[in-house]
Amino acid sequence: MLFRTLTRAALAAVAVATVSVGAQAANINGAGATFPFPIYSKWADAYKKETGTGLIYQSIGSGAGIKQIQSKTVTFGATDIPQSPDDLKKWGMVQWPMVMGGIVAVVNIDGVKPGDLVLDGSTLADIFLGKIKTWDDPAIAKLNGSLKLPSAAIAVVHRADGSGTSFNFTNYLSKASEEWGSKIKFAATVEWPVGVGAKGNEGVAGNVAQTKNSIGYVEYAYAKQNKLTYADMINKAGKKVSPTLAAFQAAAANAKWDPAQNFYMILSDQPGDESWPMTAATFILMYKEPQDKAASADAIKFFDWAFKKGGKMAEELDYIPIPDSVVTLIESMWNSDIMNK
Amino acid sequence: MTDMAIEDAVAQTMVASRARALNAFKFGDATFYWMTRIAAICVLLILGGIIAYLIVGAWPALTTYGLNFLSTQRWAPELDPPVLGGLAPIYGTLLTSAIALLIAVPVGLGVAVFLTELCPQWLRRPIGIAVELLAGIPSIIYGMWGFFVLGPALANTIEPAIVSFFARVPVLNVIFAGPTSNQSIFNASLILAIMVLPFITAIARDVFLTVPPVLKEAAYGVGCTTWEVVRSVMVPYTRVGLIGGIMLALGRALGETMAVTFVIGNAFRVQASIFAPGTTISAAIASEFAESADLYQSALILLGLLLFVLTFFVLAAARLMLMQLRRRAGG
Repeated sequence: MLFRTLTRAALAAVAVATVSVGAQAANINGAGATFPFPIYSKWADAYKKETGTGLIYQSIGSGAGIKQIQSKTVTFGATDIPQSPDDLKKWGMVQWPMVMGGIVAVVNIDGVKPGDLVLDGSTLADIFLGKIKTWDDPAIAKLNGSLKLPSAAIAVVHRADGSGTSFNFTNYLSKASEEWGSKIKFAATVEWPVGVGAKGNEGVAGNVAQTKNSIGYVEYAYAKQNKLTYADMINKAGKKVSPTLAAFQAAAANAKWDPAQNFYMILSDQPGDESWPMTAATFILMYKEPQDKAASADAIKFFDWAFKKGGKMAEELDYIPIPDSVVTLIESMWNSDIMNK
Repeated sequence: MTDMAIEDAVAQTMVASRARALNAFKFGDATFYWMTRIAAICVLLILGGIIAYLIVGAWPALTTYGLNFLSTQRWAPELDPPVLGGLAPIYGTLLTSAIALLIAVPVGLGVAVFLTELCPQWLRRPIGIAVELLAGIPSIIYGMWGFFVLGPALANTIEPAIVSFFARVPVLNVIFAGPTSNQSIFNASLILAIMVLPFITAIARDVFLTVPPVLKEAAYGVGCTTWEVVRSVMVPYTRVGLIGGIMLALGRALGETMAVTFVIGNAFRVQASIFAPGTTISAAIASEFAESADLYQSALILLGLLLFVLTFFVLAAARLMLMQLRRRAGG
């Protein structure tokens, strides 16, 4: 598990390194979220082959990425946590979604296979609040009918580091549960009432795989790669959904992206019968009036290429491309807001 | 005449070249003196720089929370303003180190006594080398072993047995309470104990070997048992070295980061049960620093400063104890 992640990261790093060697001044510089790093690297590699322009992306975390773009050491910043229109206006930046992913609850219970277990938002919140302590709790039984669950204590696993995944997961819980919304709220790091903390998506995945009767949450790609047992969810429309690319895209399609609000959008708990309730987007931040106009224009060219040609590559790595209708909105925003000329 | 002149000239050149050679040495000496001096000053500058950085970085949190930082258990960086207290990591750091020493000191001394007193000659080298190799294992390996092997074994078999054994004993049923967790204070303490064991054993063995055989033989001669020789002759004779070894072990246990982060559970809670997850100062900094900012980051740096102060006091206390012991022993 660890190995595969490490190898992938290493390969990606090598890819970025090779990209940076050949090109002269034409490299695009960016920094931020770790979640989209594999797909950005893959895009960078393909883009370099096609156009000769390289991308150097430092995968240092959303918070650090925002700091780097603020200090203008990079051309674009990347964050899993959307920034508010007020902040962006203050900083003179624009923001748009680049790619999406789904978050799934993963469990390790003997005899329970992927999709066997069904949960809804308020039950999930009560588990992470420590109010539901055992798997045979009536609240879980009510959602699962005939599925036999043990009377064992639930071992909760959450992220120990600040993370966009936690931000989007806790955002969903605070929408689904009033108690979570008032007591815990949502953020990259929250005051977890129960459970153990693990570092990174791979840490949570490994911990759940190790611990009997545990539950955690990870990006969908990690659940799939590690063959973890995910839970199906009851969505906002009251329908049971499985975590599939189609369900994530349905959530994204139902979302109302508003360029006037800098595409500020948290994709959790979207309406629609098919929508997966824990979908999340990762965003790009750039200056409206960049210091280096040529570099800014190069970056936009790359993002345009990624939207038009990168969709299939994204799906290969279990990411969800931004729908075409939203891409049109983003591109018209680029034309009107970013002054590259 | 000519011969003498030649000899003179030769002598003079020899004197001159000797002086030159000596001068060259002088230059070398001075260079060496300054290089070592600069190296020594660099150490002081680096230490001073680190302390200055920690104090400057921790200042916002220090002025915001003051002494309350030490007594607050809540760790809620998401609130505005954030509520941050260091009680849980400080408690976890002290508790894990204390339990680790409680286990490692008797075991470590026992191994050392066995190696020096009881062990057959042919077995001494293999066991000695094995203990020394234990000290060379990188901490991340201990962390992985604790995570994959020790944690599940403790949580699924050993800890439940202890919990049910003490279920009716007051006080102990609170300290050893379920539900058990793969990552816990106890798991971290055990890993730390194994990590510091070689330090204690290696130093204890070395100092035990310095006990003059005549002392031990005299004690055996008047009919002492091995236990009595160890307790009344060897330990008093070597206490300075033993305490030094234990303090070195404590210093390592307090600051250990990677292995502990793997197995402690990173939960900011103070719980009476040692089978519950917790956190330590270094584990908290390692897992949260990258994504922190402003006051939150300052609070993490303050935790680092506290760890620095804590380790400093442990080492200072060890020095003081050693000095007093030496004075009492008459030099």
